[in-house]
Amino acid sequence: MNSLQAETALYKKRRATNAIGLALSMAAMVLGLVVLLWILFVLLSKGLAAVDLNMFTRDTPAPGSEGGGLRNAIVGSLMMLGLTVLVSTPIGILAGIYLAEYGDESKTAELTRFVTDIMLSAPSIVLGLFVYAILVAPMGHFSGFAGSLALSLIAIPVVVRTTENMLRLVPGSLREAAAALGAPRWKVALMITLRAAKSGVITGLLLAIARVSGETAPLLFTALNNQFFSTNMSQPMANLPVVIFQFAMSPYDNWIRLAWGGALLITLTVLAINIVARVFFREKTAGH
Amino acid sequence: MEVATHVPQAAIRGNGVSFDQERLALEIKNLNFFYGNGFQGLKGIQLGIPEHKATAFIGPSGCGKSTLLRTLNRMYSLYPGQRAEGEILFYGKNILDPSVDVNLLRASIGMVFQKPTPFPMTIYENIAFGVRLYENLNKADMDERVEWALAKAALWGEVKDKLGQSGLSLSGGQQQRLCIARSVAVKPSILLLDEPTSALDPISTGKVEELVHELKRDYTIAIVTHNMQQAARVSDYTAYMYLGELIEFGATEELFFKPKRKETEDYITGRFG
Repeated sequence: MNSLQAETALYKKRRATNAIGLALSMAAMVLGLVVLLWILFVLLSKGLAAVDLNMFTRDTPAPGSEGGGLRNAIVGSLMMLGLTVLVSTPIGILAGIYLAEYGDESKTAELTRFVTDIMLSAPSIVLGLFVYAILVAPMGHFSGFAGSLALSLIAIPVVVRTTENMLRLVPGSLREAAAALGAPRWKVALMITLRAAKSGVITGLLLAIARVSGETAPLLFTALNNQFFSTNMSQPMANLPVVIFQFAMSPYDNWIRLAWGGALLITLTVLAINIVARVFFREKTAGH
Repeated sequence: MEVATHVPQAAIRGNGVSFDQERLALEIKNLNFFYGNGFQGLKGIQLGIPEHKATAFIGPSGCGKSTLLRTLNRMYSLYPGQRAEGEILFYGKNILDPSVDVNLLRASIGMVFQKPTPFPMTIYENIAFGVRLYENLNKADMDERVEWALAKAALWGEVKDKLGQSGLSLSGGQQQRLCIARSVAVKPSILLLDEPTSALDPISTGKVEELVHELKRDYTIAIVTHNMQQAARVSDYTAYMYLGELIEFGATEELFFKPKRKETEDYITGRFG
């Protein structure tokens, strides 16, 4: 071929296929973005009206009363999320290390991986019901602890799988180099591989937190709700998702307003966590 | 690690070469190596690696020279399914014996790899990591050890003002010397170098080769290289391997100038390989 105008049938067909493929993927992208922006727009336009100082300083209002805020729900959500992080971080990371560093050929690891994958895709309402059956029903009442347990069951598999995947990205040569100095396997895993994969593992943790912070179904069966301010985790606990669920379905204007405010708060928090995770991951990996 | 050091000199033969004067650091007897898929990577290797000398392993890709090196510190045992048969005597003690603690073994027989592998930590910590595994030094002694190791690897002058920086911030050649310093810092008795300069530019390569000359005063060196000139430059003894077998082994000068075997001659003169 010696000219730059090769308008053969084959070449024309390929160009047409390319144009169609490009158009379809652009359309898909626009559709996804439009929906996302639409959600954000509706949330902002309806939720911003509810955001004021009262939202953070007053507790959820009783039926029929004026004003009120979300203080008890915000504190309850933060406490349950905090406990969830404390529980799922060590379990998730240690299990991830086991799968990536020890579990190459073992049946236990294969089983763990399989169960983790099932847990990842299990409907969260099922996990909520499970905790209801093993904890709430025997105790006779809903509690913050039960809520945290349900959230942990959702977060742990996310942390396990991201930790495993991030550790697997660490080149084997680094493990060999550490082993060649006489380092035992557990030291190689904790001090070399985990450190090399640190930014990815932290990103996984942040994404797991983002994932559970909006979960409603498991909390309905476990923490339920509390009209009053309470930091006692062995008692029913107020939390943003359930408050949004109940308030949005109510006939009271101030409740509906607060539901929009709470929804905006959760969305912005999740968005912020995602952005932090991305920036963190990019900066840390760019340094290599 | 001190082990029994008496070696019956008469018994020491490496493929027809006897070392009357040399004391052997490693003595390989009828070594066979199998990968997990059943492929035999080494076939009946017989070889002695003399103390405080540099021994080079040359041969075409896939000839088993790196595999042989990886049996000497049992690096292969990180991978289930790979196994070695025969004997490798380290000052008389068979390191293939299951009772040998591989971590202690690797602390005595250090290894530097083809690609520089600095740990994701500071330059200082890169050196201190290995030392801390087996020694409990106070701050001053550790500082001294880090400086000593970096000086041994001819890197101290370049990094002494930035010990707190990440090891990953160094250039490729500096990273490789950091890895050599890291291995030297734990004071092994043997250093295995697996194509240590193949990822480096000529200047860095020259520095590493000079290092080999320096290091063999205190350490026994085994070096795998693709580069025959390098083998000729740095080694006292050379082994030519092909298809998992040791074809010829002898003093470097003899092997390069008066090879006994036709295959060796073909390889080093470039007619093959």
